Amino acid sequence: MALTKDLGFGPDEQLVRDQARKLLRDSVPVDKLRVLVARDHHEAYETKIQPASWDEGLWKQMVELGWTALSVPESAGGLGMKTIVSVALAEELGRVAVPSPLPATLAATAVLKAAGATSWLEKIAGGEAATLAITPESGSWEPGDTDVEARAAGGGVTLHGKAAFVQDARKARLLVVAAKSPGGVALYVVPVDAPGVTVTPDRIVDLTRDQATVSFDGVPVDAKSVAAGEGKGKAAIEAALPTILTLLAADACGAAEWQLQTTAEYAKSRVQFEHPIGFFQAVKHPLVNVMLGIDRARSLTYAAACAIDDDPADAPRLARMAKAAASDAAAYASDRSVQLHGGIGFTWECDVHLWFKRQKHTEQLFGNATQQRAQLAHILAAAV
Amino acid sequence: MSEKRDTQDQAEFREYCRRWLEENRPPAPSVRLPIAPIEVSSEEQRQYLCAWQKKCHAAGLVGTDYPKEYGGHGHKGFQSIASQEMGRAGVPFMINVIGLGMAAPTILVHGTEEQKRRFLPPLLSGEEIWCQGFSEPGAGSDLASAQTSLVREGDNWIVNGHKVWTSLAHFASWMILLGRHSKAHKYDGLTYFIAPIKGAKGVTVRPLVKITGETGFNEVLFEDVVIPDSLRLDEVGKGWTVAMTTLTYERGAAEGAGSGGGTSVEEYVNELIALAKRTKRGAATAWDDAVVRDKVAQIAIRAEGLRQNARRMRIEALIDHPMRIPLQSKVLITELIQDLSALGVEIAGPHASRYLGDPGAPDGGHWPHSYMNSYGMTIAAGSNEIQRNILGERVLGLPKSK
Repeated sequence: MALTKDLGFGPDEQLVRDQARKLLRDSVPVDKLRVLVARDHHEAYETKIQPASWDEGLWKQMVELGWTALSVPESAGGLGMKTIVSVALAEELGRVAVPSPLPATLAATAVLKAAGATSWLEKIAGGEAATLAITPESGSWEPGDTDVEARAAGGGVTLHGKAAFVQDARKARLLVVAAKSPGGVALYVVPVDAPGVTVTPDRIVDLTRDQATVSFDGVPVDAKSVAAGEGKGKAAIEAALPTILTLLAADACGAAEWQLQTTAEYAKSRVQFEHPIGFFQAVKHPLVNVMLGIDRARSLTYAAACAIDDDPADAPRLARMAKAAASDAAAYASDRSVQLHGGIGFTWECDVHLWFKRQKHTEQLFGNATQQRAQLAHILAAAV
Repeated sequence: MSEKRDTQDQAEFREYCRRWLEENRPPAPSVRLPIAPIEVSSEEQRQYLCAWQKKCHAAGLVGTDYPKEYGGHGHKGFQSIASQEMGRAGVPFMINVIGLGMAAPTILVHGTEEQKRRFLPPLLSGEEIWCQGFSEPGAGSDLASAQTSLVREGDNWIVNGHKVWTSLAHFASWMILLGRHSKAHKYDGLTYFIAPIKGAKGVTVRPLVKITGETGFNEVLFEDVVIPDSLRLDEVGKGWTVAMTTLTYERGAAEGAGSGGGTSVEEYVNELIALAKRTKRGAATAWDDAVVRDKVAQIAIRAEGLRQNARRMRIEALIDHPMRIPLQSKVLITELIQDLSALGVEIAGPHASRYLGDPGAPDGGHWPHSYMNSYGMTIAAGSNEIQRNILGERVLGLPKSK
């Protein structure tokens, strides 16, 4: 199997990543994040509608820097950069656990790109946040499984039904909807404030995202709304799936690295039995194991990102591996970050819970580690 | 077919290696070869493997990047290609594994001009086999507590001590030896030597029998052995520094003078899948069991992760600390092989009770053998517990454990 030199991560790619790293570190310090999403535990979990706090000013900056245009082809007004750039960006977003519609928008971009929906990609490149509304209430991540139907009505088409687990629905402007139609699954793009669209927020554990069930009660769609025609939607989702999985894996890797470094720092300063606790191998070795898991996941994530552009036939295998490894790394880093912080780690005042909760959410999206490995096993067996 | 990352020169060399290996694949030996070089025990095995190394060396597949004046071929960045192609071709391994992987790079870094010219050519060609004298009964993970004594007498040193875990000592002409010239300082009291083994007066090599029932490693006793000072590597008191060079190569954090051949981890993963597919579980196969598939997939992910770590390691912008990935490789590969072998045993079920030489043993008894043997790797070269201390301290900056 051929391996691309430098994983496609050259000076241009590094420039974008380093700029993102700096902006996010400066704009989203942990005390600011705490104030934004965890100021008050009543507000976070007990109000009738869970807040979806985010920094819209930061989003505008991201758009100005071209982050929504990065992976949009030049033919659709984008920058046409490699997948690994978006993936590196996703890693930085996870590292600071920032509430932002960018991850959802990057996932939606991948699907619209696979569908060849140029006019919608232009809107995203121009700064419209988008999200995928393609998942049924059953939680099946199988491309084409959807509870939304497209029905012919008076010469036009209307959408009926519900999409569940819609990420950052209250931050996004556009919904990419998978709908069953007589000719097979189609994809439509619908503004989130279109008549007949109702966004019902879920109450979720993760405080750095919002999630909703979106219902479509006879939402009219026209030719302009079609991103992929009848029977072409499933293939578009399938083609985008390696990118979606790899972006999620990157988010988990970035967040896990924050968990590792934060916990290692704590282990250097917290003294018990006359030693910083990192002196003890019961603390040291698990932290090393966290690092081993992160590095495996990161290497696989970059490899998958590279394959998406250079060796698409191998991308599903590597993306499944990346998401499985990253979900496991996320789970273990979360587990150890709380446990090794001890008593304080169990409290709301210790920031580790923000990353812990983001990781629990990321682990499940588009299939957890076990689900990825079940799919991977089929790919592996086909080659033996 | 070339690899995308190869330069023109590298692609041509790769092509040369492939062609040469195709045309020069050795005939099957009359005796069964062990899985790893450290298990070579019979004279027939030694002769066969030495002849093969000599041939590979003459063809430029071993010592590829070493200077010509030291018996190498004077290339740069070609050794890893030769080793990859030998692995891919599935040809036998290089017998002089300790010489190539550890002694040669150590001599190249710390040796005198005279030492390099004397020792490297027959090492690379396999005419002289090397072994390693680091571990002692009382100095395993705490290697720096080595007690083998070195007493200076004029231009000579008198060596007394007991080394264990010395693979290949029964064939070795030379040993890289870590000894103690001073008890006053733990680390600075160590000095590094090239010690004669074969035919040396006062040296006794006794085979140790491994958990697998095989010999292949030894204990070596030194009783008033006289070594000239010209065989000292680097300065008196620099033994620990020299040993760290050796260990960097032993732990796989840097490329030595060639390894070549043997079975790759990817091939083992495929063998595991093949085993699961043909192992009957009632009317179905082991592969039909979702739990088995999940476990195999976990192993496959770890194997691919290792491969992709090695790829990422070269890209500065995608790593956080220069030693972070290199220092992980020993832990990762040895535990992967251990868990992979254990899973093979689990999948084979009752058939895994059949050992080497039993006609009904799956894959010739490879799975239980490889599993037991894997402990040699998780313990050797600084046990994996020690590796985790090093990673925690050097990469994460945690306080030093005692």
